[in-house]
Amino acid sequence: MPEVILQARDLVKHYPIRRGILRTVQGHVKAVDGVNFDLHKGETLGVVGESGCGKSTLGRLLVRLEAPTSGTVEFEGADMANASGKELRALRRNIQIVFQDPYTSLNPRMTVGDIIGEPFEIHPEVVPKGGRRKRVQELLDLVGLNPEHINRYPHQFSGGQRQRIGIARGIALDPKVLICDEPVSALDVSVQAQVVNLMEKLQNELGLAYVFIAHDLSVVRHISDRVSVMYLGKMAELGHEEEVYERPTHPYTQALLSAVPVPDPTLRGKRQHIVLQGDVPSPANPPSGCRFHTRCWKAREKCKTDVPELILRPDGVGEHFSACHFAEPQVIVPTTDVSDVEPDERFAEVDHRDPATIAEAEGTLQDADGLRPETTTEAQANLFAPIQDDEGHPGRVPDERRDV
Amino acid sequence: MSESAVLVEGAEAQAAGGDVGDARSLGADAWRSLRKSPFFWVSAVLILIFLLMAIWPSLFTSTDPTKAVLKEARSRPSDAAWFGRDIQGYDIYARVIYGARASILVGVLTTVFTVLLGGAIGTLAAYAGGWVDSLVSRITDIFFAIPLLLGAILFMAALSGTMTGYFGVIFKVVMALTLLGWPSLARLMRSSVLQVLPNDYVQAARALGASPWRIIRSHIIPNAMGPMIVVSTINLGAYIAAEATLSFLGIGLTPPVISWGVSINDAIVGLRTTPHMLLFPSLFLSITVLAFIMLGDAIRDAFDPKSR
Repeated sequence: MPEVILQARDLVKHYPIRRGILRTVQGHVKAVDGVNFDLHKGETLGVVGESGCGKSTLGRLLVRLEAPTSGTVEFEGADMANASGKELRALRRNIQIVFQDPYTSLNPRMTVGDIIGEPFEIHPEVVPKGGRRKRVQELLDLVGLNPEHINRYPHQFSGGQRQRIGIARGIALDPKVLICDEPVSALDVSVQAQVVNLMEKLQNELGLAYVFIAHDLSVVRHISDRVSVMYLGKMAELGHEEEVYERPTHPYTQALLSAVPVPDPTLRGKRQHIVLQGDVPSPANPPSGCRFHTRCWKAREKCKTDVPELILRPDGVGEHFSACHFAEPQVIVPTTDVSDVEPDERFAEVDHRDPATIAEAEGTLQDADGLRPETTTEAQANLFAPIQDDEGHPGRVPDERRDV
Repeated sequence: MSESAVLVEGAEAQAAGGDVGDARSLGADAWRSLRKSPFFWVSAVLILIFLLMAIWPSLFTSTDPTKAVLKEARSRPSDAAWFGRDIQGYDIYARVIYGARASILVGVLTTVFTVLLGGAIGTLAAYAGGWVDSLVSRITDIFFAIPLLLGAILFMAALSGTMTGYFGVIFKVVMALTLLGWPSLARLMRSSVLQVLPNDYVQAARALGASPWRIIRSHIIPNAMGPMIVVSTINLGAYIAAEATLSFLGIGLTPPVISWGVSINDAIVGLRTTPHMLLFPSLFLSITVLAFIMLGDAIRDAFDPKSR
């Protein structure tokens, strides 16, 4: 296994709740409450969980947009969470963030060149002054945008293109870690696939490590090497993608996975659907012991008193990290990883390109959206590759692109 | 018709510069819609004329505004004196032309100072947050409790006797109006900065390690100052009117400074017998104030994307 590049230890973020005339602290919202993980060089760690579980706060802690209440974030041994001034500034070069909403993440008054060039002005030592414009154009090319659009403003781009600009800004300083805070959640499904493919391409070319925060389980499975599941500010389960998806041992993960739509119509109705009772408890007053015990069908007395540690627990085949006293694997849905499977021959003659691409190839349509044609075709081809499973079920509609 | 013309124009621009030079900022968009507004052109031409008057009054008249012809005092408009003569026998036309300088100086300087002071304090309050924000908000509340005229009267009365030269007197009025005018702009700026701050591009700049000064300068101010520009353009007219009011009350600009407010004050004795003495300075004052307010309105419409 490659070396550990980013290490979070007992990361805690509590937001004070102030009430009354004197604004006294009445309690804390425990957004992130003791998170531990290692991120290895060049890997992708997916973070999933429902709204309000602390995923985004975790991301913001990792790039030090928020100062943690306690705990450390070590980047190659240097503590980022407690650094300040020059030291922090230097560390920031190594770890960058891509935001969810491409419509608010770009300054509307700056040209694309200024937006992507800003990192070089903040860290002038990275690229000498004369070479910056050229470097910005290289970055635009790298993320699949027309380098000649350097003088355009963000409002002249579509959502997917704007997200590419956000990614270009994120990788401008050549960071080693990129935190992706729901980078595709605001995009429509076909564009999601393009952006995810771009991120995989960049990872291969630049050796980036990703922390990929999302709530879409299939997107996370597609891109991640390891996956962690968060519930109420704590990690419930952490393991390799197939360990978490195929042999989940934590009841919350099992419930979460059972909610994913199944693309295979022959399997519909045959699987177990776990419906949880009640709502997520308030993070200001989380349950004692195991945080999930209020909704868990396995809960016993022990769960109410003892906090389960996130330790290696057997999952039937091997073992992976799980925070449940009664961890046992349960197959939720039979899954097949089709990432490396060749498309079925019966469908080889179908033209997978979309009408715009075909028209483009025939020269009837101008390259109006600024995407390089090969990128579109590439993305399109990749988009369809993983969605046909080896039994010949052609999930041709991107909506059905679920790996679970 | 005009739309198709624009389309053709756009197509030509595309053909000429490819799709590379097609960059249009929000400012450029605003200018495009501003160009089509008749109110903008009328007010711009008027303001240009008044500015010329303020800078080179001798372009408009060769008469000395300080030359009193007492035997012709209060005479009606004639060939020799187009707007007639006032109670001291001064040529009213020359006085009105020379009076533009004081009024516009007060208006422009007050606007500049309120924008700088109010904008800076408002931005700081919103960016710093916490107790700084609370303190600034309460201070602006206190200033809001003081009526503009009453406050200015008190200020001018307290400083009477000091700074008596031309610019001294003007500066005193500017100070009085600035002191009472900055809180509204500070509040306006504070609220628009608060709107800009949570945007992800500000967070992205922080994650890149940008200094607070860089974030404020290149991300916050450009995105937050639209409302302030509009309001301060409208305020410019209001400050000119406030200066005239103070001068009319005898506590603003005082002779020998020539200003519309002073002229109106002088003319009030002949309100029923020789109203032309009152009419011309008032007319110029009203047109100037109107021009600035019209310009402010036009700019607001241009910057408001919903109006397009």
